[in-house]
Amino acid sequence: MDPPLFFSRAMASIYNLFIINKSGGLIYYKDYGSTAKLDTNDSLRLASLWHSMHAISKQLSPTPGCTGIELLQATAFDLHCFQSLTETKFFVVAESGAIGIEALLKTIYELYTDYVLKNPFYEVEMPIRCELFDLHLARLILRDKSVLV
Amino acid sequence: MRCLYIFNRNGMCLHYHVWLRSLMTLSPQQDQKLMFGMLFSLNSFTAKIDPVSSGKENNPPCSFYSFRTNTYKLHFMETASGIKIILLTDPRIGDLREALMHIYSNIYVEYVVKNPLYSPGQPFRCELFNMALDHYVKTLQ
Repeated sequence: MDPPLFFSRAMASIYNLFIINKSGGLIYYKDYGSTAKLDTNDSLRLASLWHSMHAISKQLSPTPGCTGIELLQATAFDLHCFQSLTETKFFVVAESGAIGIEALLKTIYELYTDYVLKNPFYEVEMPIRCELFDLHLARLILRDKSVLV
Repeated sequence: MRCLYIFNRNGMCLHYHVWLRSLMTLSPQQDQKLMFGMLFSLNSFTAKIDPVSSGKENNPPCSFYSFRTNTYKLHFMETASGIKIILLTDPRIGDLREALMHIYSNIYVEYVVKNPLYSPGQPFRCELFNMALDHYVKTLQ
């Protein structure tokens, strides 16, 4: 049963997904097909690095009201980041030029609020270990992937 | 078009040009140092998080060329000699990689590097460079 309110159809697959908490700690990491799988230490390090970069980018803004990096474009990939009002950041590494990733991130955020935050055994800001979240997330991502095949 | 930074390999800001900037959170020196540091870290972050690297490094490591926030978009280019050109613009602007290349090869190299009075590695102030830059930037808007 998929209750996403946003109908998201990402037109290209994502390589991996990170979720970091307000203080920059990695609470969820899932790899969906990058050639170089990151081990735990690396993923933790990169997540903290991204958290700092996100914060510094706010300082360098030439106009007031900056909320941080939303899209980072590189030669081999694009990185999309969504920050919730509670400063939890969801970011995905996707193919260059992928569309629909913002909607995908919002859907992931909804799954997060439904299956993680509403889980009475989950402590906020801790690593996510919720089966239903994993299940629905896998279904969401693989459904989008199977569209391309 | 908001502002432009040019850094050399050692992190020294060779040029800082501002067109429209309503907020400067830090002093110019701190701002430049922070900018350089952040770009350096972002480059190593990009190389590490690259999902398609073959791991053998026979091709050049992946580097980022732009990032966008809700208030600005930053465009970045690094040349082989370590000169980094950064442009901060409105977030709706598209890809400016060719423009940065043009700024480097036709404006920076022409008016600064070829200037016999300029010693490399020092901040420069060159009227011809400023004029050419302003003129080129106007054509982009």
